[in-house]
Amino acid sequence: METERQETYDIMAVCLLAGKIMLQSGAETYRVEDTMMRIAASFGAYQSHPYVTPTGILFSVEGSEPTKTKLIRIVERTTDLEKVASVNGISRKISAGEYTIEEAYKELKKISESGSPYSLWVHVFAAAIASGCFLIMFQGSWDDFLPAFITGGLGFLSLLYFHQLVPIKFFSEFSASLLIGLQALFFVSIGIGGELDKIIIGSVMPLVPGLLITNAVRDLMAGHLISGLAKGADAFLTAFAIGSGIAVIFSFF
Amino acid sequence: MTIIEQLLTSFIASAAFVIIFNGPKRSLFHCGLVGMVGWMFYFLLEANGVDMVLSTVIASFSIAIASQYFAKKYKTPVIIYSVAGIIPLVPGGIAYNAMRNFVQNDYNLAINMAAKAFMISGSIAIGLVFSEVINQIIRKSKLKTIVNKSQ
Repeated sequence: METERQETYDIMAVCLLAGKIMLQSGAETYRVEDTMMRIAASFGAYQSHPYVTPTGILFSVEGSEPTKTKLIRIVERTTDLEKVASVNGISRKISAGEYTIEEAYKELKKISESGSPYSLWVHVFAAAIASGCFLIMFQGSWDDFLPAFITGGLGFLSLLYFHQLVPIKFFSEFSASLLIGLQALFFVSIGIGGELDKIIIGSVMPLVPGLLITNAVRDLMAGHLISGLAKGADAFLTAFAIGSGIAVIFSFF
Repeated sequence: MTIIEQLLTSFIASAAFVIIFNGPKRSLFHCGLVGMVGWMFYFLLEANGVDMVLSTVIASFSIAIASQYFAKKYKTPVIIYSVAGIIPLVPGGIAYNAMRNFVQNDYNLAINMAAKAFMISGSIAIGLVFSEVINQIIRKSKLKTIVNKSQ
């Protein structure tokens, strides 16, 4: 009896850890719920009910004993698609029966403690080159490529820096887009950049909440109304922060 | 020339976005391809006078199909590919213009632009969902034929 109870708790720990990593890394709600149920079922807990929202996970397992329920709180959310993919891979292996509970927990712990696969400077370079490319995609001229490259890179770097300084998303996005607007204005006024609009649009693109918007809509369509609305609100706030940062520049100059 | 330029930049931009989102290294190339396909559909349709909303629906539909193909082939979550493809379609430019007109007190034009941005983000979603629905219909109908055969 006692060992059975302990085992149920162990299963729940594995499921919750997997769910937590996925949710924090930006997976869709239905994928998190599906993965948790699959893992629970392959360890023998066939009756499980995960309830996932962007800010917390409720998970309960039914069995011969009284139902057990656990809750974990999700505070920090980032985007880390590598982790989503690796947890997905582990869940596949668990379903195939390749891992015991302890091994699965250890593997998941390893994933949750692993850092980003790219260094900070690779991120900044990617943001910079994406900004330049977006400028061309929006029919900008190649003369503006370099200003957009620098503006986008520095803007993204400042987003990361401000976020470390004050962990409020709205503030860091607002300041980053303010800085982008200032830089674009600077480049245009000293004559290096041509079209102010195109440079700003291109450099702001790395901040745009594309993943959130897609996830919000998919959650809503899948019937996860609370998650969908919460993510939609998150995306709207981000868009509003970026917009108002740029708006400040325009109202002053 | 423009086409080559657009192909190249959309490929690089989509792949760079996957790096920003910490995507797996092995899927960078495929994500770039998905983004390129989607952007080409959108760009060519729009350049030939097709309505912006309709071309966005078609582009996001093609993105969803391509990402489902890659997701199945490499056993990776579909979201990794679809996010990379969707990013170029996000109406950043229109939302920017809307915001700018709001600040410059041109509310008519601003509302106009905001409505357009809303329509386009809605059509991205419709394209994605539509292809998912078709995918499920195909999967279920296949399952039925298998069940029927085995009986």
